[in-house]
Amino acid sequence: MTTYQEFIQQNEDRDGVRFSWNLWPFSRQDATRLVVPVSCLFTPLKERPNLPPVQYEPVMCSRANCKAVLNPLCQVDFRAKIWACNFCFQRNPFPPSYGGISEVNQPAELMPQFSTIEYIVQRGPPAPLIFLYVVDTCLEEEDLQALKESLQMSLSLLPPNALVGLITFGRMVQVHELSCEGISKSYVFRGTKDLSSKQIQEMLGLTKPAAAVGQQGRPLAPQDAAASCRFLQPVHRVDMNLTDLLGELQRDPWPVPQGKRPLRSTGVALSVAVGLLEGTFPNTGARVMLFIGGPPTQGPGMVVGDELKTPIRSWHDIQKDNARHLKKATKYYEALANRSAVNGHSIDIYACALDQTGLLEMKCLSNLTGGHIVMGDSFNTSLFKQTFQRVFNKDYNGDFRMAFGGVMEVKTSRELKVCGTIGPCVSLNSKGSCVSENEMGIGGTSQWKVCSLDPSTTLGIYFEVVNQHNAPVPQGGRGAIQFVTQYQHSNTQRRIRVTTVARNWADAQSQIQHIESSFDQEAAAVLMARLGVFRAESEEGPDVLRWLDRQLIRLCQKFGQFNKDDPTSFKLSESLSLYPQFMFHLRRSPFLQVFNNSPDESSYYRHHFVRQDLTQSLIMVQPILYAYSFHGPPEPVLLDSSSILPDRILLMDTFFQLVIYHGETIAQWRKAGYQDMPEYENFKQLLQAPLDDAQEILQTRFPMPRYIDTEHGGSQARFLLSKVNPSQTHNNLYAWGQETGAPILTDDVSLQVFMDHLKKLAVSNSV
Amino acid sequence: MSQQGYVAAPPYSQAQPGMGGYQGGFGAGPAQPLYGHYGGPPQAFNAPPTGMMKSPVSSAAGMPPPPVSTHYNPNAQQNGAHPQRFAAPPTVPYSQSQHPLYNNMASPGLPPAQQLTNQMSAMNLGNYAPGPMQSPPPPTSSVTQQPFQTSPPPVMGQPQMPPGPQSPHMSPQMSSPLSPPPTMTMAGPPMGGMGSPFPGPPPPGPGGFQPSGLGPAGPPGFPQQAGQFGGHMAGPQPGMPGAFPGAPAALAGPPQKKLDPDSIPSITQVIEDDKVKHGDEIYSTNIRGQVPPLVTTDFRVQDQGNASPRFMRCTTYSLPCTADLAKQCHVPLASIIKPFANLPANESPLYVVNHGESGPIRCNRCKAYMCPYMQFTDGGRRYQCGFCNCVNEVPAFYFQHLDHMGRRVDFYERPELSLGSYEFVATLDYCKNNKPPNPPAYIFMIDVSYNNIKSGLVRLICDELKTLLEKLPREEGAETPAIKVGFVTYNKILHFYNVKSALAQPQMMVVSDTAEMFVPLLDGFLVNYQDSKAVIHNLLNQIPDMFADSNESETVFAPVIQAGLEAFKAAECSGKLFIFHSSMPTAEAPGKLKNRDDKKLVNTEKEKTLFQPQKGVYEQLSKECVAQGCCVDLFLFPSQYVDLTTMADVPSHTGGSVYKYSNFQMETDGEHFLRDLRKDVQKSIGFDGIMRVRTSTGFRATDFFGAIHMNNTTDVEMAAVDCDKAVTVEFKHDDTLSEETGALVQCALLYTTISGHRRLRIHNLSLNCSSQLSELYKSCETDSLINFFAKSAYRAILNQPLKSVREILVNQTAHMLACYRKNCASPSAASQLILPDAMKVFPVYMNSLMKTAPLVGSTELSTDDRAHQRLSVMGMGVEDTQLLLYPRLIPLHNVDLNSDTPPLPLRCSEERLADSGMFLLENGHFMFLWLGQACPPDLIQSIFNLPSLAHLQGNMCALPELDNPLSRKVGSIVNGLLEKRPNSMKLHIVRQKDKPEMLFRQFLVEDKGLHGGASYMDFLCYVHREIRQLLT
Repeated sequence: MTTYQEFIQQNEDRDGVRFSWNLWPFSRQDATRLVVPVSCLFTPLKERPNLPPVQYEPVMCSRANCKAVLNPLCQVDFRAKIWACNFCFQRNPFPPSYGGISEVNQPAELMPQFSTIEYIVQRGPPAPLIFLYVVDTCLEEEDLQALKESLQMSLSLLPPNALVGLITFGRMVQVHELSCEGISKSYVFRGTKDLSSKQIQEMLGLTKPAAAVGQQGRPLAPQDAAASCRFLQPVHRVDMNLTDLLGELQRDPWPVPQGKRPLRSTGVALSVAVGLLEGTFPNTGARVMLFIGGPPTQGPGMVVGDELKTPIRSWHDIQKDNARHLKKATKYYEALANRSAVNGHSIDIYACALDQTGLLEMKCLSNLTGGHIVMGDSFNTSLFKQTFQRVFNKDYNGDFRMAFGGVMEVKTSRELKVCGTIGPCVSLNSKGSCVSENEMGIGGTSQWKVCSLDPSTTLGIYFEVVNQHNAPVPQGGRGAIQFVTQYQHSNTQRRIRVTTVARNWADAQSQIQHIESSFDQEAAAVLMARLGVFRAESEEGPDVLRWLDRQLIRLCQKFGQFNKDDPTSFKLSESLSLYPQFMFHLRRSPFLQVFNNSPDESSYYRHHFVRQDLTQSLIMVQPILYAYSFHGPPEPVLLDSSSILPDRILLMDTFFQLVIYHGETIAQWRKAGYQDMPEYENFKQLLQAPLDDAQEILQTRFPMPRYIDTEHGGSQARFLLSKVNPSQTHNNLYAWGQETGAPILTDDVSLQVFMDHLKKLAVSNSV
Repeated sequence: MSQQGYVAAPPYSQAQPGMGGYQGGFGAGPAQPLYGHYGGPPQAFNAPPTGMMKSPVSSAAGMPPPPVSTHYNPNAQQNGAHPQRFAAPPTVPYSQSQHPLYNNMASPGLPPAQQLTNQMSAMNLGNYAPGPMQSPPPPTSSVTQQPFQTSPPPVMGQPQMPPGPQSPHMSPQMSSPLSPPPTMTMAGPPMGGMGSPFPGPPPPGPGGFQPSGLGPAGPPGFPQQAGQFGGHMAGPQPGMPGAFPGAPAALAGPPQKKLDPDSIPSITQVIEDDKVKHGDEIYSTNIRGQVPPLVTTDFRVQDQGNASPRFMRCTTYSLPCTADLAKQCHVPLASIIKPFANLPANESPLYVVNHGESGPIRCNRCKAYMCPYMQFTDGGRRYQCGFCNCVNEVPAFYFQHLDHMGRRVDFYERPELSLGSYEFVATLDYCKNNKPPNPPAYIFMIDVSYNNIKSGLVRLICDELKTLLEKLPREEGAETPAIKVGFVTYNKILHFYNVKSALAQPQMMVVSDTAEMFVPLLDGFLVNYQDSKAVIHNLLNQIPDMFADSNESETVFAPVIQAGLEAFKAAECSGKLFIFHSSMPTAEAPGKLKNRDDKKLVNTEKEKTLFQPQKGVYEQLSKECVAQGCCVDLFLFPSQYVDLTTMADVPSHTGGSVYKYSNFQMETDGEHFLRDLRKDVQKSIGFDGIMRVRTSTGFRATDFFGAIHMNNTTDVEMAAVDCDKAVTVEFKHDDTLSEETGALVQCALLYTTISGHRRLRIHNLSLNCSSQLSELYKSCETDSLINFFAKSAYRAILNQPLKSVREILVNQTAHMLACYRKNCASPSAASQLILPDAMKVFPVYMNSLMKTAPLVGSTELSTDDRAHQRLSVMGMGVEDTQLLLYPRLIPLHNVDLNSDTPPLPLRCSEERLADSGMFLLENGHFMFLWLGQACPPDLIQSIFNLPSLAHLQGNMCALPELDNPLSRKVGSIVNGLLEKRPNSMKLHIVRQKDKPEMLFRQFLVEDKGLHGGASYMDFLCYVHREIRQLLT
């Protein structure tokens, strides 16, 4: 029998699904007692090179409120040409085109290896991809130049038939007309005026005069719009124009008096962008790409005033309710994000500035629409340039690794209901029989809109077992879940990907060991973390930590082996052994701790945490530490202060940062220049090894991590020191004089202390 | 003056008996009574029964001359107006009490029909008979003049004493140049005029016209006239005869005599005389209170301590010493200041004085600027202010010893001590926000809506700008103009252009948010033309094509001004907007207008609303524009009513001009418009001006007229002031003025030059004061007076019915003249009309003023045109109003080809035209070439290169340039005039008896007005009657 490890891995590879539990207790009561809910991380567009899409429509259950897609779990009567839906047990005849099926001639969707299958469907005319650049011009000359170059470069990466548009803003907002010869035209909007979508469309001349047809400003059909919309044009047609236009782009010309911030009308610019797309291409895949070099300082969505003497809000201000613009701005951007999401347009934010840019307020733009957030210090850094380039990465077929306008639907067996989703999506408010009353994350619906997806976009989906405690094990012995994801492929095809998974029901009374061993602690840690992060958005930090702690203690009580009131006797099985450690690091992570992070940074980290897949998420929770030394090949080492040794080079990957840390001795050698001496070639190689590994990570990760090369005593070493478990601090230097690591100057508790507490609490009855 | 004349042979009438008939001829509106202009409400005429009832009484008493006066006395007393007539403060005439007076005047003055008719028809014929009828007058003239010779000996007409520099005592007179006797007596006729439709006016008295009017003209003239116009004439309207029983009677009475039109004072003659007198002299301004030559005379000014009359002119150069005197004479005390008047090449431009960092030296108390009227004392350590008499310390750096005359030794080295006009360099204290101003900017804002595209106007403007921008005005000595230029096009939305020199091609920025206008760009909108020439040309080439397919016909207007204003605000400069606009702004935006033209309002109490701008947006905009120094020039190309009153509100408060080209057509109006545009762009101009007029103690400036804005009662704010804009300032007494010290006026204008320097332009003028009214009348200046009256009347119509405004004007005229008669003229028969020499042509102007479109209540006239004229007059200087009210009529058929001087102008009357002649008429706004029916073909040939008049195309608007002396000569005359006038004029070529001739006839101001209004002669008689009434 394969181990659960293998099973989990196999499932992830095939379906992009990781469940917290791979055996499900079949009663509600038991499921609740498991502490970690039945839930999964689902990557809808997981890259499956071995999964060729099929070119026909899925066959659906004919029951109106079911509509589940025919899948390998269905019972099929080949003779009667009838299949039974495994969700509602409706018996459905096959459509005429399936007339020839038999046991030996099965359509792909019935084969077990096609538990995930992708359909290409023909619906309507192919819609072009749309890229609308929204560019802040209140940048330093250098930054603007770099940004212009990046944008110009990006044009060459777009498919020729993609539509592009350009909006620039500073004190004013300019919508550039792209198809004009001889003279460049732009429509200008005041940066301080909140305009309705209708006004924007009127001002852009997108609506025909009401008198003509009496259509009351109704947006044009996409075909008309394509002809009439001068602002969005196929790349191949306006390539040159746009390149020139970008080339001539100037910094915002309005003078910025001493002691003031430049006036930046980000709010209106976005509103115009959203309004423009809304009016021209509703329900067509589009990316609004916002590039900002500072916070919005005027008009709706303003985050901070233009007086430099009033600093941008900090966590402190927010806790003290001192952030004047926070609520208003957040509300404004949320409204925009929702409008955008309704139309299937996603919004990316590329924020490059040393100070905050208002991501806290604007995060919902990306979070709700599936857009990216990229945060950097300057547009003139490889971090931004590479990351931006990576947005246009292509897959093995030469298609963009992005999809648009995704709608994910979850169908469950009767014993399960879906509680909600945590990820870059919005609810479509589709109530159905499989929707739970009990909301976790974005709930109350069985359908979510994910305006932009990429192969790593991962949603956390939470379920509830609704079977009554004394009810028998459900028919068939297992519960099934089907994910139906409709989306617009980057090659403009409409596709539907269907993933159907099933897990066995188990009796929590008799099979608790089995259930315990089916626990996927990695998935569970990430899923719990997502819940924590989701809570942290709305609750005070300490409350969230307390909640997490309580969950952990309860889990340990449930599955730990111990003698009552004897902490030393406490033991956890292998399948749970790492879980407390994950929680320990999660507690210290920037996702829950705001200390030392600006509100923008917190938003940025959280944004990525709730959309990355399991591996990346785990790295975020507990960074990976590799050690390089002359003592052996590179090896992963404990994320612990004891791993910091003078003769080691450490490579830490926190997802957001890549830190190469040279131990004291190594640093001295390097300073002495040994690596340049031919006789110390091996030292040179040692120095090179972590660089190569780092390079590999840098090449593939999106967004590109911040690359930090530091050494013992270097100021940037703080990135490492803040992450490692402070097993040695100035308080417990029992090993003084021995080379067993580096003490961390912190009052934070170490993992050992944490575990001790945990054990103590777990074995006592008090919780 | 008789109505009979009109009844009998109304030139264009349907022969409705009474004055109504005349109007009917034009097929419009309510009958416009001839004398309605004098304030007689229609009822006055509609009440003939009353008149008739009274007439027998009056006529009975009125027969013998002496009783005439006695007869009037009771009459006047009846009205209760008599005692107050002379003493009444100026406000009284505006009161209602005048109203009944008119009524009564009409009725009581009914003389026996016989005598009256004689005169009436004579006068009438003289005035209205067309060409052929001219023949009779010559014989009459000698006779007519007889009575004049009876005037007192000392009263001599100027013409006879050319050598006499200024005959001091020439009080009386309507002196006709040819008729030596300067006094003209005229009796009664005006009453006749009034009463004529009724049984008849009273006899004027034996000393009056009867003897003189015995010319044979009447009888032959009458039938002729009738015949001539018979075609148009229908029988008397059936309904009317009853109401005007007198009419047939009048008709019956054959005209016996005719008053010679040449005998009444002639403007052309006055102008000619003044030219002869002052033409070549150098006019030195060293004498206080000296009356300058007429505006029509070319003279050279030498500034010797008083401002040149080009800058300042006064209604009188000798102020009455007391307010009572001023009140008594009714002569308005006013000065017309044209601070930027162009100086001819032979006069030196103003010196610029720099008093260093502390700024110009000013009196501590009244803040008057250092000027020749500051009296230095105490060895030069102090000076006494001539305005407020405050004694000030002389700043150390300015100290200078005095010579034996008490004059500073550096008197001649310092313009501010020896000249009437000069400029100071202003320091930062005089600048907005204490920052030196930026050079001004010109923004060209072109309406690119369908109409302007279709008419080709947009292309025309763009093409023209390419060359015109090369000629932007520049400061003297500057290499390139400092003025920046910017471009906007618009229809419903606005397009701004970035024409920064660094750009390869211009950038267009569209602003659709007209509700809250803003300027979308800063850098690159206002640029130096020379730097950005390539980009600008690129832009100007593209604009016409860019909008070639536009079918947007709606426009906005207020946002356009707002946009320009915001641009100036953003660039922190002042400047001028040139807006080329086609239609009423109906698009949804601030300042949206709707058609409120209502012909029904004409001649009602509410007529004034047609001249009142719609409240709101534009009012506010004007204020903001003035505050920023944003002048708006509006070029309108309407095809229908555009509510010019409102649209011109901003231009008329910001020192701007409004140009109007109705139904613009490229072929006929293109050149006309371009000439205007060129002049307008190249004009010398100052921006962001604040003018303050300070006076010496005893009087002060109380009222200001012009294209200005006033936030308080003293500071005249002008967003811009160019070389053609004048401000008329009215003065009132505070106290008694001293004959000895005279009166001083200092006009200080703080402004920004076209290259962005802040300057103070100072004009000083010293006037005499006198307790003798005769002095005052002697020093009057008719042209200035009429400028004042025009402006005050045009302002008054905003608040009062036209009727009462006209009444007031007549009243004022009568009062002024009556006061002269009473106090200054030698005793003479009451029937004599005695006019002060300096004002002898005043009635012509006044009559002409009352016949101008704004003051004539006629539905025939377009409301926009009336509003346009009203507004343009408000900013006019003396030259312009003079010309406007008395056009030049130049005969061209008999020009002396060898002479350099153009032919002498003729009097503006139809009878001066000749069938076989060719005449040029121009008034600064219109220009006509009138061709008589019998124009000799060779004349036509040489001017038009056409075989005959019949071949002439109707819509011709320019003369072909032909290679013959006559064509060249005519061409040079026409071009010379176009060159000289502030506005360009469209040349209308009209043939006698063609329909367009009507338009032409409006400008024959000595004739009866087309849309109502009396002939000169009628008016004179009427005024005379008024005077007599005042005197008795």
